[in-house]
Order: sequence, then structure tokens, then C-alpha cells
Amino acid sequence: MTATSMSPPVAHESAIAAQLARHALYVAPAILIAAGIYGGAGAVISAGIGLVIVAMNFLASARLIAWAALKSPSAVQAAVLGGFLARLVVLTALVFALAQVNFIDAVVLVLTIAVTHLGLLIWETRYVSLTLGAPGLKPGVIGRSEEE
Amino acid sequence: MHDILLAVQQAGELKDGLSSIGAGIAYGAAAIGPGIGIGIVVGNAITAMARQPEMSGPIRTTMFLGIAFTEALALFGFVLFFLAKG
Repeated sequence: MTATSMSPPVAHESAIAAQLARHALYVAPAILIAAGIYGGAGAVISAGIGLVIVAMNFLASARLIAWAALKSPSAVQAAVLGGFLARLVVLTALVFALAQVNFIDAVVLVLTIAVTHLGLLIWETRYVSLTLGAPGLKPGVIGRSEEE
Repeated sequence: MHDILLAVQQAGELKDGLSSIGAGIAYGAAAIGPGIGIGIVVGNAITAMARQPEMSGPIRTTMFLGIAFTEALALFGFVLFFLAKG
């Protein structure tokens, strides 16, 4: 078994991550307005940074998996587990650094990260489930991205 | 009087220290579960891809979402860490 036979050239993860980032843009106004009502300008900035962090986290994870999938199955395992730890460390360091800034609301920042991450995944899962379950009925995000 | 003031001050510091230690333990514990979960997801995805290489696309798609969902647990531990730390 070779890595080439297991890994098609299409980066499915990147297509999904791009779609997730696009969805993050769609929900951004609602989240920013909610944060503004809750805590003012500082909370809006914190929520905005949280949204950017979530999108970058998805894109980095997808890029890493897509790169490792072209190498070997062992590389996928190492990249996923190592990437999980590395991204968690980077995220923690980033939030700690941002929490030191006066106008950043750390609680709003971490809540935005966690809630947006889960919300976007649930949204995306609806599309992917349909795509996998009934590809003829709804080509879905992966098919569209390949065509693009 | 000085001893009483010192004891009160130390009690406050002790509380802060213990809450920080508790928050750190909570975050660490919250990161262990997702680590195991991601290992299971990826391991099974690799097995599935080895069994059916032609299905590796959908398998990788599902694997990516599974990893992201499992990672959300660690993020909730992260939120808990900040809330506990105050």
C-alpha cells in the first residue's frame, strides 16, 4: 500500500475548512452585535479576534492534514496529534497574551472561540452528512469546491 | 495584630494560588480526553483508508470533522480554565 493509493490529490479538508471560514464570515455580524450589546467595544474586538482565531485554526488544521495525507498514513497520525497539541499551545499562549491587553475581554474571547468552533462544525456537518448520504441529491460543498 | 494581617493576606494568596492550580488541572484533564479521542478517530480512519483506498476522500472528510468536534472538548476545558481563574 502506498501513500499515493490512499490519498487522492483533492484536499477535502481544505475545502471544508474554507467553507467553515466562509460560514464564520456569515455569522460574524450576529456575534459582533451580541458581543457589543454584552460588553461594548472591547467585547466586539475580542469577539472579532476570536472569530479570526477559529477560522485560522480550521485552516491550519486542514492544511496540515492535507499535507500529511500526501506523505503517508503515519504522517497523518503524527500531524494530527502533534498539530492538536501545537495548536492548543499556540491558542493558549495567544489568549494569555491578548488577555494582558486592557481593552480585551478574555471571557468573551474564549467563549467566542468555543461557541463559534462548535456552532460552525454543527452547521458544516449538516452539509457533509447530506453530501455523503445522498451525493446524487445534493452534491454539496466538496463537489462545488472541486469544480471551482 | 501584624500576625493577623499577615495571616489574612496569606489566606488570600493561598486562595488565588489554589484556584490557579485547580484551573490548570481542569484544563490539563480536559485536554487528555480529546487527545485520546483524536487518536481513536485517526486510527480508525487510517484503518478504513487501508481497507478501502478508493473511499479515502469521504473518510478524510469525516475524519476532519471528527477531529474538530473532539477538539471542541479541549476548547470547552479552555473556557472553564478562564472562568475558574476569574
